[in-house]
Amino acid sequence: MSEREELKFSDSLMAFINEWKEKPGNLIMVLHKVQGEVGYISREAAEKVSQLLDIPLAKVWGVVTFYHFFKLTKPGEHNIAVCLGTACYLKGGDKVVEAINKELGIDVGQVTEDGKFSLEAVRCVGCCGLAPVMTISGEVFGKLTKEAVPGILAKFA
Amino acid sequence: MAFRNYILVCGGTACESSRSQQIFDNLKLEAEKQGVADEVQIVQTGCFGFCEQGPIVKILPEDSFYVKVAPEDAHELIAEHIIKGREVKRLLYDKEKAAKHAQVEDIKFYQKQFRIVLRNCGFIDPENINEYIARDGYAALEKALFEMTPEDIIEQLKIAGLRGRGGAGFPTWMKWNFSKNVESDIKYVVCNADEGDPGAYMDRSTLEGDPHSVLEAMTICGKAIGAHQGFIYIRAEYPLAIHRLEVAMAQSKELGLLGKDILGSGFDFDIEIRLGAGAFVCGEETALLQSIMGHRGMPVPRPPFPAVKGLWEKPTVINNVETWANIPVIIHKGGEWFSKIGDEDSHGTKVFALTGKICNSGLVEVPMGTTLREIVYDIGGGIAHGKKFKAVQTGGPSGGVITSENLDTPIDFGSLVKIGSMMGSGGMIVMDEDDCMVDVAKFYLNFTVDESCGKCMPCRIGGKTMLGILEKITDGKGTMKDLDTLTEIANTMRKASLCALGQTSPNPVMSTMKFFRDEYIAHIVDKKCPAGKCKKLISYVIDPAKCKGCTACARKCPVSCISGSLKQPHTIDQTKCIKCGTCIQTCKFGAISIQ
Ligand SMILES: Cc1cc2nc3c(=O)[nH]c(=O)nc-3n(C[C@H](O)[C@H](O)[C@H](O)COP(=O)(O)O)c2cc1C
Ligand code: SF4
Ligand code: FES
Ligand code: FES
Repeated sequence: MSEREELKFSDSLMAFINEWKEKPGNLIMVLHKVQGEVGYISREAAEKVSQLLDIPLAKVWGVVTFYHFFKLTKPGEHNIAVCLGTACYLKGGDKVVEAINKELGIDVGQVTEDGKFSLEAVRCVGCCGLAPVMTISGEVFGKLTKEAVPGILAKFA
Repeated sequence: MAFRNYILVCGGTACESSRSQQIFDNLKLEAEKQGVADEVQIVQTGCFGFCEQGPIVKILPEDSFYVKVAPEDAHELIAEHIIKGREVKRLLYDKEKAAKHAQVEDIKFYQKQFRIVLRNCGFIDPENINEYIARDGYAALEKALFEMTPEDIIEQLKIAGLRGRGGAGFPTWMKWNFSKNVESDIKYVVCNADEGDPGAYMDRSTLEGDPHSVLEAMTICGKAIGAHQGFIYIRAEYPLAIHRLEVAMAQSKELGLLGKDILGSGFDFDIEIRLGAGAFVCGEETALLQSIMGHRGMPVPRPPFPAVKGLWEKPTVINNVETWANIPVIIHKGGEWFSKIGDEDSHGTKVFALTGKICNSGLVEVPMGTTLREIVYDIGGGIAHGKKFKAVQTGGPSGGVITSENLDTPIDFGSLVKIGSMMGSGGMIVMDEDDCMVDVAKFYLNFTVDESCGKCMPCRIGGKTMLGILEKITDGKGTMKDLDTLTEIANTMRKASLCALGQTSPNPVMSTMKFFRDEYIAHIVDKKCPAGKCKKLISYVIDPAKCKGCTACARKCPVSCISGSLKQPHTIDQTKCIKCGTCIQTCKFGAISIQ
């Protein structure tokens, strides 16, 4: 990417940042808000946060890269999170990943070419009673089977 | 106005994912349509614990327990149950007993349970503070503010014998006492809601079903140690719990139960939510405090303990969600009452997330001292699909396996350590004959290696090396000497790691090696995986006597490695087979087996 457009934060995001500016330990809360709006933490977003909060970029980047929740690349329009926590792993969460892989041709950490879906593996979304579980754009799908995957994906396509 | 019936609809995450919101909306609509909207109150509650059978709907006063309810059932529930007073039998949990009546007490899943922590989950609308208050909510806070000195409060916790439910089991009163006794103008109270153990969701359900119990307890602690600010550190992956906490905080502020001059007592206490960001190590208390302060979540050496020097160097009491949820009850009913529940070693109850290969997966709360057998067989209904029990893992990635010979061990802090596991935060994962114990050990270690913060060498390098050896073993390239090397590294990690993550991460490996050594040996010496899980060590084989030559498997095989002509026995080319298992699922004649 050659030319960089200036990244703009929405008014509500700016208001949030101003509200939190003086609070100690605000960085992670601000990053959550930024990711909520932009979808991930781009280099530009990190730079902007660094300026706005007056925190060195190295520190911002150190925090962003330490925590798994913060994404460094743009996710797909629908992010698929397959649970590979213990309960889901024992009940075949890996088979769900395989089924998605077969259906969409993407592996964990990848985005489909059309930018529609991205796939990530997460650890326990707290519905272990329904294992194996995945979420798509926040919606939970439980008691999954390989066979059920294509139908669910079709709803989002 | 009194209602004739109360309909409780589960609004926990698991049930919501099965359209419980739609059920709730439809019930309201139907009540309206059928003209009984004034006679029934319909409430959305937190998790009932019986998620496996969800979505759950319970109707009072009959106490009818409906399971696997669909939005389309709303019409019938209103028309039959509410209007005609007849239970909808096909939706009752126990259909055989339904002839009589299916009350909650009849359900085995609930019989041996005893609810303190989950006392309100599934009974109240967590987004309505009045329902919490109606069940003695905030009575303990009132008592603590007006009738008790800080010493009295701590004394009650001491009499109760409450120990931390987050894993380590440290006596709660001692922590509070340390903080109380430090002279400092500023002190903090922190709730650990990071719940990182993969496969556990006790804290999530508590917060979703009864958020006020935690707020009330933290405020009581504020009074006891002299703190005016609390933080709840919660996983960002728990949006519903975060939402319910925010609603609860707003409501308690409105009623003067949180904020400035609480109930006119002159005592101020406020709480702020801080979000975690998916790092398991941040559940460790010193790392958690680093994270609240906005840093990378790396543990720091103790002492000084947080109770003396925590957030911004100030005394900080940090407790787990479940620990907090016990406290209002202890203050309200007295430490003496609590101390009589449980066994000699540990008092009170423990909540477990019972998952894995079990019939009734769900949240269970039992008195300390209940045996594992009671949980697995009486409450959990035994192993699913008639398979054979193999082991239960408690303590998550820091814990160990418990085998069938120890099923009668009472569950308390001391007994679990004696048999080589630990209480942990409450994950209880049941494994059956299809689970390979080497693979399970590898799974947990993979997790801790991934989550190691990398600060200290024994954990960073030791974990990786151990994982490499386990991979070698599951690939069929292990040697018997590897088992000694694993033990050696494990001992070093246990002694030399900075925090409990590194100190305990070898536990799943050591424990499976102790109890299932034969499985390790099978992988190493016979190059076989007895459970048929480790792909490199299994092969799919067609029995020529059973194969009818239908060609179904050959057509389905993604790499086309099955050959044979129509009506002739087929064979699998082992050099090309990717062990995906498609053929075995396709075969209608049971001619394919794993060897
Ligand atoms: C790696 C690691 C992860 C932990 N994760 C959690 C957790 O998710 N929740 C929790 O309450 N305690 C967790 N703990 C335990 C905390 O360090 C601490 O002991 C606990 O919050 C104290 O509260 P309690 O006395 O009420 O149990 C963890 C400890 C370690 C070493
Ligand atoms: S033991 Fe592991 S997680 Fe703990 S401080 Fe050391 S490297 Fe970090
Ligand atoms: S392990 Fe998958 S939801 Fe808990
Ligand atoms: S979420 Fe409904 S019973 Fe657990």
